[in-house]
Amino acid sequence: MSILSAQKITCEKSDRTLFCDLDLELNNFSLVHLTGDNGAGKTSLLRILVGLSQANNGTVKIQGQDVHAEQHIACESVVYIGHKLGFSSVLSAIENLQFWASQQALDLKREAVLNVLDILELTGLEDIPIKHLSAGQQRKVALAKLWLKPHSALWVLDEPFTALDVHMIACIEHKISEFVNQGGAVVMTSHQPLRLSCNTTVMHLEYKW
Amino acid sequence: MVSAVLFSVVKQDLAVAVRQRAELVQPIMFFVLVVTLFPIAVGPSPETLQRIGGGVVWVATILALLMGMERLFRDEFNDGTLEHYRFSPCPFYLIVSAKVITHWFIQIMPLLLVSPILVLFLNMTAQMYWALILTLVFGTPLVSFVGAIGVALTLSLNRGGVLLALLLLPIFIPLLIFATSAIDSASMNLAYHPQIAIIASLMLCAVALCPIAITYSLKVSQN
Amino acid sequence: MWKWINSFAKPEKAYWLASAMQPYFFAIALLGLTVGITWGLVFAPADYQQGDSYRIIYIHVPSAILSQTAYIAMATAALVGIVWQWRTAFMFISAIAPVGAVICFISLFTGAAWGKPMWGTWWIWDARLTSQLILLFLYLGVMSLYLAFEDKQQGGKAAAIMALVGVINIPIIKYSVEWWNTLHQGATISKFDQPSMPAEMLWPLLISILGFVGFIGIITLIRFKNEMIIRDKHRPWVMQMFAENSELQRLSASKKEVN
Repeated sequence: MSILSAQKITCEKSDRTLFCDLDLELNNFSLVHLTGDNGAGKTSLLRILVGLSQANNGTVKIQGQDVHAEQHIACESVVYIGHKLGFSSVLSAIENLQFWASQQALDLKREAVLNVLDILELTGLEDIPIKHLSAGQQRKVALAKLWLKPHSALWVLDEPFTALDVHMIACIEHKISEFVNQGGAVVMTSHQPLRLSCNTTVMHLEYKW
Repeated sequence: MVSAVLFSVVKQDLAVAVRQRAELVQPIMFFVLVVTLFPIAVGPSPETLQRIGGGVVWVATILALLMGMERLFRDEFNDGTLEHYRFSPCPFYLIVSAKVITHWFIQIMPLLLVSPILVLFLNMTAQMYWALILTLVFGTPLVSFVGAIGVALTLSLNRGGVLLALLLLPIFIPLLIFATSAIDSASMNLAYHPQIAIIASLMLCAVALCPIAITYSLKVSQN
Repeated sequence: MWKWINSFAKPEKAYWLASAMQPYFFAIALLGLTVGITWGLVFAPADYQQGDSYRIIYIHVPSAILSQTAYIAMATAALVGIVWQWRTAFMFISAIAPVGAVICFISLFTGAAWGKPMWGTWWIWDARLTSQLILLFLYLGVMSLYLAFEDKQQGGKAAAIMALVGVINIPIIKYSVEWWNTLHQGATISKFDQPSMPAEMLWPLLISILGFVGFIGIITLIRFKNEMIIRDKHRPWVMQMFAENSELQRLSASKKEVN
């Protein structure tokens, strides 16, 4: 089943064409690993795929819904983790995650959040304002969303391993493989090679002038 | 479901505001300071103050609101919360409207609380004070909603503050005209309902139309 | 028909159209300005009340009317750009905004200059002057917003929204200022108390309005073409155009050498 289908997307930034007429089909049980030099347009592509940016041309559909026309319907089953983590710096990890969950219309118990924070080795830090956590810890709080949205079909992850240690990267990779093997679809960028036990396709974006 | 999402957005904004209450007080202090400057600049004679009072209060209000306006989307834009609202099953423009209304509420409450001081400072009559309160209650949502467009447009610029004022102040001139004229009429014991009605109708138009423009502007800034 | 209109969303087609329209606007500007202004300034009869000083209307009135028209043209382009996603529409906004601002400034300046002999002072808070001043601020807002953006595509969209917000506000501003003005000054001094102008004064005015239309048109078109070339300098159509030009130059240069 096709989860994400992008047709003929063209993106221009500052009057430079990043990519032109790009097609992307993503079925369940599969993962696409985007690679390319800095500035090749990986982040721009991911943002277009989830409807955060608008392509200059082309259409993107998630489970048959156009992401631009009806973003709030199309993205119901999407988890997106970008460069910006989406946390209010004065609120604590648990407050942020609970607000996030209720804004995604998820019914989430405090215990469930605490359990996930435990897996990510954040126990004891849940009540501290986010701004006092280190970059790696903040990243881990953001990645907790992968556990907390159980009915998602598509994960779009932009450099999820930034600032994480080797041991934690393995844990996240395991989670991603598990999700794909259960029928999910993932698009992600990462500078390091992935060690995943699932169906993986590498897609390379060329830097264009 | 939609209302639960909106409720959560409002609750988060209030929680953040409570944590940053020191910042909330600044626009109000600014407001009181600007009002204080006028008697010093034009002289303390009660008649003069009464005549310019309405105008002074409204100019100070618009400036103070503009200063506090930056808080509306700036932090959420920088930390990415604004992006995550777009993945909510609730339409984005509703979330944006809820945020603007919450922000207005947070700003207008302290303003109304300090307003009795103005009666003393600017030698206002009770009639004028009621007219002032009415114009503030009906006029400031207009400032918030139209101002939110400007904030949304200047989000991705590093220094948006002065530009924001440059963009918005000309737009607020009609509001300033009607609000001060209502207070003027009140000072002469005349009926001021027509002006209030005009302000209220402008405000309703703004509340109806602005969310579309704010949503589009936010999308442009996030692009 | 729709397809034909939509093809002007492409810069190369819009560039071609602008080039095609240029000579017509140039002719209108040249004819209208020379005939209208000479007629108005030299041959039209003097006013029985204001003497010769009224002659400034041959510049003041066209610039005042057209500064508002230019704003509406800009807002129309903004609407087209936002609704149909035309890149060229956003370029048009950045082309016309400074022209409109300058025209608006000219109308303010001539208005003030006219005020000196009429009212005995350079500036008076007359309703028309005030709303013209606010219009100038609106223009400056759109321009400075556009200039503040590094990414001109984003800047174009932002400026478009501001232009639309402004155009909705123009009538509100106009009427509120008029109302404010009558409220604060018992009797306003209106410049156009006389209901009708005699034909020998009116004709040169109409012709110079036409001349101003051509003048604004030609400057906007040139700016529009420049904007398209600068923004698209890395694109094939611009490169091709300049390649052809340099080819021609080289050919003519080699011909001269042969001669």
